[in-house]
Parts: sequence; structure tokens; C-alpha cells
Amino acid sequence: MRKIDLPLDKKIIKSLKIGEWVLLSGRLLTARDAAHKRLVDVLKNGKKLPISIKGEAIYYTGPTPARGKEVIGACGPTTSARMDPFTPALLRHGLIAMIGKGERAKEVAVSIKKYGAVYFVTIGGAGAYLSERVNSSAVVAYSDLETEAIRELIVEDFPAIVAIK
Amino acid sequence: MRTVKDILITKTVKGLCLKANIELRKDILLALRQARKREFASTPKYVLGIIIENAYLAKKKRLPICQDTGMVVVYLRLGQEVRIKGDIKKAVEKGVTQAYKQGFFRKSIVSDPLKRKNTGTNLPSIIHTDIVPGNKLDIRVVIKGFGCENASRTKMFRPFDSTDLIEDFIAGTIKEAGSKTCPPVYIGIGIGGTLDKAVGLSKEAVLRPVGRHSRLPHIARLERSILKKVNRLEIGPMGIGGKATAMGVSILTYPTHIAGLPVAVNISCHATRDARRVI
Repeated sequence: MRKIDLPLDKKIIKSLKIGEWVLLSGRLLTARDAAHKRLVDVLKNGKKLPISIKGEAIYYTGPTPARGKEVIGACGPTTSARMDPFTPALLRHGLIAMIGKGERAKEVAVSIKKYGAVYFVTIGGAGAYLSERVNSSAVVAYSDLETEAIRELIVEDFPAIVAIK
Repeated sequence: MRTVKDILITKTVKGLCLKANIELRKDILLALRQARKREFASTPKYVLGIIIENAYLAKKKRLPICQDTGMVVVYLRLGQEVRIKGDIKKAVEKGVTQAYKQGFFRKSIVSDPLKRKNTGTNLPSIIHTDIVPGNKLDIRVVIKGFGCENASRTKMFRPFDSTDLIEDFIAGTIKEAGSKTCPPVYIGIGIGGTLDKAVGLSKEAVLRPVGRHSRLPHIARLERSILKKVNRLEIGPMGIGGKATAMGVSILTYPTHIAGLPVAVNISCHATRDARRVI
């Protein structure tokens, strides 16, 4: 399996093949429904985002709480299609990669291609397995959203398949 | 009359919530292993291997199988000769609260479906109560994640619509859902009754061990036929193609009205979770 470093650069994205397995290492931001709604509302109001998404990868997940000294709880992907209404706006503001599960709407696929971005899928329902690929986790925005807060994860050899680019 | 104390109910519900979230049902695990054996292509075989490894890892590390630790649905079958000491529903909810705290499970419930503020406790749960003969209390805890819940459907057919139409509706539902539901899925189907009864049956259908068929020959035939049709879709684990789109189909039926034929499809992911205890 090919090893890929995060953040991604556009040259690497160009070299990816649909259906190819990759192992991702580096920084991911987590965001799911509630965080997406807030981010896009901020953009609509012309305000500044609480974190920069330029060149970043968003992982659609809402982890279970970490126990004691553990880094994170179970953290598998959630259904990406629910983020579809918000995704084009984030791509326009520099988001470059997304990881989730399941199909995307046609207009989202068009947007992904237009901005030279990439959508990966990982293994839904493998929350315990994927938690072992996370080296650190810290909330960086919207802490009141608890599981839906935006976190910065450092992952190592996080398995995914190239689905749309 | 036999007395059952509320603290015993709380303790039992807590134990069942912990078990259901951490230990994958044995029949589901077996079905996943069989699906892996049947798969020849390397990618779906690899993904099924990870799903199976995930189940073992969760049990070993006492971690939830899936981060979506669901909305809790509790089935109480209360013997009519049982007297409950204390408040039965409060006792159940206390058990859920304790399990979600102790297990470090995700709190996924919002108090108002439109205002959407997290309750922070994973409460309320949904409690179904049935009064039955005897002096036992049968408690079943179901953990339902919403990736697959969102893809479930109902349709009111006409009384003499063919089973082909029903099969097409079910296969169409699975096709439309794609890999959002975390295949291989267990498909629960309720046929008959009223709208709510059909939905209730479709939920209870996945409590039957996967692979076991209906005792009614025409329903068992329908189950096999739907399973074949769905697996011909080749959505496969993670949506990457493969033979295992569904690991099983279970249908429950109930008498219905001369004017109707309600059908409900409940899709349950490869982490179909529940636990049961009789006290």
C-alpha cells in the first residue's frame, strides 16, 4: 500500500488512482454535521473561520470519549453524504481532502474535481481498529459540540481508498 | 406475585448496554467469517478481515465496536405476575446513563429534533413494554446507529401487489443506500399490520439469529429470494464491490387489513448490536 503524507499537495493528488489503497499519515481535522453547519454559516456571514481549512483534510467522525491516558475512543467514519450540502463551500475555501464513508452527490463530485481535491473512503464500523492509527487528538474549535467538535488528529498509516478525485 | 426491585433492573440494563456495545453478536461474527470465506476477490476479503479484527479488538480492549454507540432501544417483556418495586422506566434510564458514562460511549441524542441540542447523557432511550404471562422480566437492549437507520424505508403496497414488487422495493432500497449503511447488512422486514406495526416487526426481525429462516415456507422462500437479489447488487463491504452486500434477510409478518399491505425495511449494519437477559 502506498504511504501518503498529510497535508496533501496537489501533485500527489494528481498521481492518485481511483480505487487505490493508501495509508495516510499526518494531520487531519475532524468535523461532522453540526461543525459543518457552523463553518458554512460563518462563511455565509463573511466572517473568519475558527481554524484554517486551506490545504487541509477533513475526516468525518464523531469519536467516543477517550479513557484515561488513551488518545481517543472508537473513531470510524460517519456517512459523508450528510455533509454534501456544505462541502462545495468548504472546497471553495481551500479544503483539499475528505475522508468518510459512502457515496457523494453528483454536484459534490463535480466540485471535488473542479478544485483538484480528493475524497477517500475508509472502513465504516471499524471504530476500534481505526482508533489504533491515531497518535494524538486535540479539540481546536467548537468544544461545546463535544463529540461533534473540530479536533486535530495526528494519524499514522490510516487506511483509505481513493474514491473521487 | 414475584417482586423485582428497580436496582436489579438498572444493573441489568447497564450490563446489557455495555455488552451490546463492546461484544459483537456471535451469530453476526459467524456470518461475517462465512462471508469472508466465500469472498474470492482480495479487497472485500481484506475489508471483511478488518471488520472481524475490529470486533476482536473491541472485546479485548473493552472499546465500543463502532463510535456510533447509537440510540438505545429497550424491549421489556414483563410477566403479569411480576410486581416492580420502584419506577421501571426510571430504572431503565438509570442503567443506560451509568453504562454510557462507565463505558465512555458517545452521547448521540439531541433533546429536540429541530433545535438539536445534545442531552449529554444519551437519554432518552426508546422503551417498548409488553405484558406477557409468567413471573419473569425479559430485557433486551438494542443499540441502533444512524448510518443504517437513515436508509430504512416503508411503503404501503396494494393488497394484491406481487411479491416481485415487494422484492424490487427492498432491493431498490438497498441499492439506493449504497455503502452508507456499512454492508454487509442484516435486512429486517416487516410485512402486514398497520404502518407502525410493520416498522416494529422490521425492527424485531433482526433480533432473530442471522441465517435462521422463517418457519412459514412461503416467507422463508421470500427471504432467500431477496437475499439473492440484494447480493447480486455487488455493493460489497465498504461499497468496493463483492459478494457480501447482505449477510441475511429476516421477515416477520402480521395479519393486516383487506385494503392494505404495509412493508417496512429496517437496515442493520455489520455491527448489528443487541443483548438480552431474563430476570
